[in-house]
Amino acid sequence: MTQKKIVYPYIPNSAPEVKAQMLRDVDASSVEAFYADVPAALRIQGQMDLPEPFLSEYALRRHVEGLLRKNTTTQQYLNFLGAGCYQHHVPAICDEINQRGEFLTAYAGEPYDDHGRFQSLFEYCSMMGELLEMDVVNVPNYDGFQATATSLRMACRITGRNRVLLAAILGRDKLSRVRDYLKPEIEIASVEHDPKTGGMNLKHLETLLKTESAAVYFENPSYLGSLETHGTEITDLAHKHGALAIVSVDPISLGVLAPPVRYGADIVCGDIQPLGMHMQFGGGQAGFIASQDDEKIVMQYPSRLFGISPTRVPGEYGFGDVAYDRTSFAKREEGNEWVGTAAALWGITAGVYLALMGPQGMKEIGEGILYRSRYAMQEIGKIKGVRSDVFSAPHFKEFVVNFDGTGRKVAELNAALLRKGIFGGKDLSREFPWLGESALVCVTEIHTQEDIDRLVSSLKEVLS
Amino acid sequence: MKNITAERFTNGKPNLRRFHQARWDEPVIFELGQPGQRGILVPEVEEGIKSQVGDALAGIPDGLRRKDPPKLPEMAQPAVLRHYDHLSQENLGVDFNIDVGQGTCTMKYSPKVNDQLARMPEMTELHPLQDESTVQGILEIMYRFEQILKEISGLERFTLQPGAGSVAIYTNASIMRAYHEARGEAKQRDEMITTIFSHPSDAACAKVAGYKVITLYPDPEGYPDLEALKAAVSERTAGLLITNPEDTGIFNPKIAEFTRIIHAAGGLCSYDQANANGMLGITRAREAGFDLCHFNLHKTFSTPHGCGGPAVGATGVTQELARFLPVPIVDFDGQKYFLNYDPADSIGKIRPFYGVAPVVLKAYAWVMALGAAGLREVAEVAVLNNNYLMKKVLAIHGVAAPYAAGKRRVEQVRYSWQTLFEETGVHSEALGIRAADFGVHYWTSHHPYVVPEPCTLEPTESYSKEELDEYAAILEHVAGEAYSDPNLVRSAPHNSTVHTIDHHPFDDPQQWAITWRAYLRKTGQER
Amino acid sequence: MKRIGLVVNPIAGLGGRVGLKGSDGMELQRKALELGAVPHAVERAAQALQALLPLGAEFELLTYPFAMGAEAARQAGIDPCVLGSIQPGQTSAEDTVRAAREMAENEVRLLLFAGGDGTARDICNAIGMEIPALGIPAGVKIQSAVYATAPRYAGELAAAFLRGETELRQAEVMDLDEDAFRAGRVSACLYGYLKTPYSQRYVQGVKVPSLSRESAVLEAIAGDLADRMKPGWLYIFGPGSTTQAVATHIGFDKTLLGVDAVLDGKIVSADASEADLLRLLSVNRLAEIVVTPIGGQGCIFGRGNQPISPDVIRKVGRAHIRVISTPEKIQALNGHPLWADTGDRAVDEMLSGYLVVLTGYKESVMYKVMA
Repeated sequence: MTQKKIVYPYIPNSAPEVKAQMLRDVDASSVEAFYADVPAALRIQGQMDLPEPFLSEYALRRHVEGLLRKNTTTQQYLNFLGAGCYQHHVPAICDEINQRGEFLTAYAGEPYDDHGRFQSLFEYCSMMGELLEMDVVNVPNYDGFQATATSLRMACRITGRNRVLLAAILGRDKLSRVRDYLKPEIEIASVEHDPKTGGMNLKHLETLLKTESAAVYFENPSYLGSLETHGTEITDLAHKHGALAIVSVDPISLGVLAPPVRYGADIVCGDIQPLGMHMQFGGGQAGFIASQDDEKIVMQYPSRLFGISPTRVPGEYGFGDVAYDRTSFAKREEGNEWVGTAAALWGITAGVYLALMGPQGMKEIGEGILYRSRYAMQEIGKIKGVRSDVFSAPHFKEFVVNFDGTGRKVAELNAALLRKGIFGGKDLSREFPWLGESALVCVTEIHTQEDIDRLVSSLKEVLS
Repeated sequence: MKNITAERFTNGKPNLRRFHQARWDEPVIFELGQPGQRGILVPEVEEGIKSQVGDALAGIPDGLRRKDPPKLPEMAQPAVLRHYDHLSQENLGVDFNIDVGQGTCTMKYSPKVNDQLARMPEMTELHPLQDESTVQGILEIMYRFEQILKEISGLERFTLQPGAGSVAIYTNASIMRAYHEARGEAKQRDEMITTIFSHPSDAACAKVAGYKVITLYPDPEGYPDLEALKAAVSERTAGLLITNPEDTGIFNPKIAEFTRIIHAAGGLCSYDQANANGMLGITRAREAGFDLCHFNLHKTFSTPHGCGGPAVGATGVTQELARFLPVPIVDFDGQKYFLNYDPADSIGKIRPFYGVAPVVLKAYAWVMALGAAGLREVAEVAVLNNNYLMKKVLAIHGVAAPYAAGKRRVEQVRYSWQTLFEETGVHSEALGIRAADFGVHYWTSHHPYVVPEPCTLEPTESYSKEELDEYAAILEHVAGEAYSDPNLVRSAPHNSTVHTIDHHPFDDPQQWAITWRAYLRKTGQER
Repeated sequence: MKRIGLVVNPIAGLGGRVGLKGSDGMELQRKALELGAVPHAVERAAQALQALLPLGAEFELLTYPFAMGAEAARQAGIDPCVLGSIQPGQTSAEDTVRAAREMAENEVRLLLFAGGDGTARDICNAIGMEIPALGIPAGVKIQSAVYATAPRYAGELAAAFLRGETELRQAEVMDLDEDAFRAGRVSACLYGYLKTPYSQRYVQGVKVPSLSRESAVLEAIAGDLADRMKPGWLYIFGPGSTTQAVATHIGFDKTLLGVDAVLDGKIVSADASEADLLRLLSVNRLAEIVVTPIGGQGCIFGRGNQPISPDVIRKVGRAHIRVISTPEKIQALNGHPLWADTGDRAVDEMLSGYLVVLTGYKESVMYKVMA
């Protein structure tokens, strides 16, 4: 079989003359010499059965673009989906910075090669620290799920206990992640919610706390968009029983809502996707964990923590890893969980976002979301047979819409909305059967009054 | 006109670059800007909304309202851009250097066309919960990429959820646990076996999954010790987590014997393919008897490392284990692509939604630009580059490649500068810092250092012969300096953004400052 | 001003180069010199001292005259404060002891000494664990863990110690019976301990020292061991600082150099003899032995833990031997196997093969044992 020899543009030494010269330089007759340790029985016979490549860049681009064009975007359709991944405006500067090859293609260099990465991530952590009013924030981990799961494990290590209490209103996927991650030694108990407000049932919490627990965990806003208005009572109860209070927040709410430390949280976590990351089909998630500067807590962070320090030149800022020995790299299996590649680029991006927004921007965006989501709740609630006041607590960004009064199924309504160019709210009927035929509707600063009105009128049409 | 070019050579060889990293002496962002400045304006709320809603904060109790605005910087847009542009210039990405010095990280070229494709709105502006009919393109890419990985590994189902290599290892450990649970043996099988030259996450992740970890040391030849494995297996063995080639660049020729022994004891075998770059099209997980494996798309499959993510650790299993995979997996019914939540005994979710789709897209595009022959070429050139560089490096006085001495390596080498250290008192770490003065990375090894005074180089397929020569020349020069002027090396860096950093505060709880606010507090500065 | 002491045993290492295995005793030293041996302890001490130069005027070096320290100091470019007096060319163990005592009385923060196992033993006699001490390897036999692996490492460790970047640990002083050694038999015993600066990474630059890492590891090992300990079982703890520290974490006071037996959380025999152990074993058939390898040489039985005799080992059984060690101690073996020399060939054979070495909580290493 004679095959045309291809010289690959990504592979400089694939030019046959160069290859031959290098083989001579290392006294090898062929590359087979390097694979002497691979037994014949393990060798792939012939070539792998892979699709024919698109060798020219043009052909490749055409192929991939062709595939991508089968998608319909949230720019083309009006989107009201949230549930953990949110459509916010991404400032141009965010994209400009995270596309730069200096950041995009760097990895794990020392501060002397990669000072910029250390400083920009230190700044990201610092700005998150201002938003959260906490002194310690980690370099991003994978996502909000991981941040929750790790925060719970940290609490167990700090308290030496192995039971955690979670608010009942929790996304099913996140709960699944947490369950797997806490296996096998940590027990999970669920704190009932108050069916009226959506908040935590404090009586039930108190009962559960009678058994020794490491942490009480809730989200603000909850997975269903409702705000927990009894934060202080919950954290007081937790502390009274020697447990830590862990709160997961949507960071974009914190220009208007109090940071959880104000109502007693010991560890705060969440996902920074709203802060400048495109949705990317769920590819923009990144997690954060924050706490006060208590050595006992700091030593239990599994993720990297960057710190600031002098250099030998007066007035020069240096950066590096704080308490490096915590990490699995330094201590192998003695380390706390593990450290690895996670989502650093999104941390840098979120830093850019917070710097652009400033205090005023964060306040305005928070207010804007409150206004718009409340407007949408009110308007949708006016539709006959439709309820948007399932929980009486105030909401942020998301809320439950119940269609039981219309006798229609969410799946069917969403299919009809889709035909009108609208992605309706997430269907909750399988995830939370006790909510009946309900959808989780998400409204952010990108929605205009006209957009919301269009959703309402479309719903009316579909229902009529 | 004088011949400037000639002056750039000495004895026919190009001089080292007179590199200097950007040094902007950049303030920390909190020192920039002025009160009242704005970086971006947010969409205003229409009057129609305002008038109907009234007070946006109504109903929100006092304790839940923010009282003091966050002390974020207040900066105009160009100032933010310039600040971050400065910081970016003080960073050394693959795009800018001969990045063979970050061994085990596979710092290969990330094709720009793939980044461009991933920035199309048809990728960035997709919500993961959109109706399947509106995301057929991205689902098709994920499905197609799974088929590719199946062929490359010989395993039968993949999940693309894990967000990097470590969580992929964790996923594999978790699947093993689910498998043993299903057989009623989870309690009994509580030991996981790994080797000292596997990635440290193999041990760490197994422990998070609840396992006891038994580590094997190499045999006198430098290969994983088969006899130690035999001594380690028992009815308590849950499985094996192992890299091959190991971080030393040595391929374990008895790998099939390893997996056979584990299977005979009732355990499962998971292949950490972090070091797969030299193995594409050469050998696969299946033939070596593995039940599970994972690939780092940000290493072997070229997607940019992003300063440490986002990334994907694609995780594959045999058909028998497919029922334990995280949900959903992407399937095709002949007409359309869909998210399959079926896997009956799924370990559940590993990540929100379905993984980092743009990374999958870039990896897919990379494979589609190369095809089967191209992937094989990647492996062969990566290995050729490595052996070529090894020959050049070992010619430098003071360095050796311990374990399996004299043998060729696969895609990377863990060198030892023990001799140089003994003769000069200069540590490998100092050589690395000095190398930064010439615009390249240099990495020692994971801790603990099993190889003394280590240095791990992985040239990948992305660097030309001349570039490898240049890297070796830098090392030779730096090693020479260690002999002729050790203090010059010890006091490095000299041409970097910053000078020697005081590391003491990082380990002192009284002094460490993980955020600017902590720094201000600990240095007694007013805000 | 920080004070460091330096004591060089000028004739350490003399025997090695002329094949005499050790240099204890005046007679032997003369023989070595006649055979053409060149002392190199001074030169090695100087190498170590060079690493202290960057400290500049921050420290003061106290030492003894001539080859016992002053020469090495001057070779390294340091102007020392010289105490005492000796007869050049005729120094003895007594001089080493006297010098070390004087350094301690002059309140040095750290005593550096250059020599071999015999020197370490003399230092141990002189100062015990009164002040920190660290060995610069210059002797023929280096079994003691009080020595750095190379002279330069000793210097760097000392500098790191003065900068406050290290922790202190108890390191073994081992010594062979030199007569037996020359006759071809290896017979070392655990002689005692010195308080030695320790740091996993005392090096300049990137990596930083750990926060009480070793004690955390020992606690982790203790945690694992405690999980496995069962009521009604007899636990025989071998000597050493590792077993002592682990025992302390578990909650009982173990002797440092003795073999102790524990039952149901209480010590039932401290500093036990073989006879004690055999008596206990005749009552409690269920028993485990907990031992740690001797640092730097990897011996698990037959050196310093002789009460755990072949008979005791046989009665307990191979499956019930728990070797514990920090990962560093295993790494310091550089791939050399563990070994046993119980005096009973059959027991040594029985112990050979592979043993699990517990190295942390839920973590262990499968390691080779040589007969």
